[in-house]
Amino acid sequence: MSWPMDMLILVFVIISGIGAITVRDLLGAAILFGAYSFLMCILWAIMGAVDVAFTEASVGAGVSTVLFVAAVFRTTRRTRD
Amino acid sequence: MNEWIAFLAGKFNYWGFIVLMMIGIYAIIAKKNLIKKIIGMNIFQTAIILFYVSTAAKRDAGIPIITHGHGMSGHSARAVDYINPLPHVLMLTAIVVSVATLGVALTLAVKVYRQYGSLEEDEIADSIRARAGGDQ
Repeated sequence: MSWPMDMLILVFVIISGIGAITVRDLLGAAILFGAYSFLMCILWAIMGAVDVAFTEASVGAGVSTVLFVAAVFRTTRRTRD
Repeated sequence: MNEWIAFLAGKFNYWGFIVLMMIGIYAIIAKKNLIKKIIGMNIFQTAIILFYVSTAAKRDAGIPIITHGHGMSGHSARAVDYINPLPHVLMLTAIVVSVATLGVALTLAVKVYRQYGSLEEDEIADSIRARAGGDQ
């Protein structure tokens, strides 16, 4: 288990989380949230929780992104904040 | 000074968990768009899962599968060699619950958009107020 790698991935997770809530386009926010979930899954795989990691990779990064994109296409991409 | 650096760096997973939780709660409270609020809720949930997985991690320990278990009935496994698997099992349930709540929340957001033609919280409140005023 390598701790500097853990710290680097954690910084990337925080950056993509801030990006997902600040970008002014809902489709971009959905894609950034998928990147957030996938980076979080890599972090858990590094920490030894492989079962949680592949559940998050299939459910969090896969199904959640599909649900967000479907919801954005049924509503609107426009957002004011 | 050195103790402070050791204190900050030794538990950096917990600091990251606190930062992610604050990002999530900020998005839930301060953002006006409903989809942004749902993204904030999901970030909050994954932050709590990160906290539980961090409590299970150990230095110099392997994943929780017993090595040399076959044919050594008298040999007992040492718990120091394995990461604690109990929080992982609890958090598997939490991930499945989080995708269920995400689906319900997005469905409600789509219904609200069809009813009021907007995803912004203040515009929805304005149109609710206009409809209530029109009835009287």
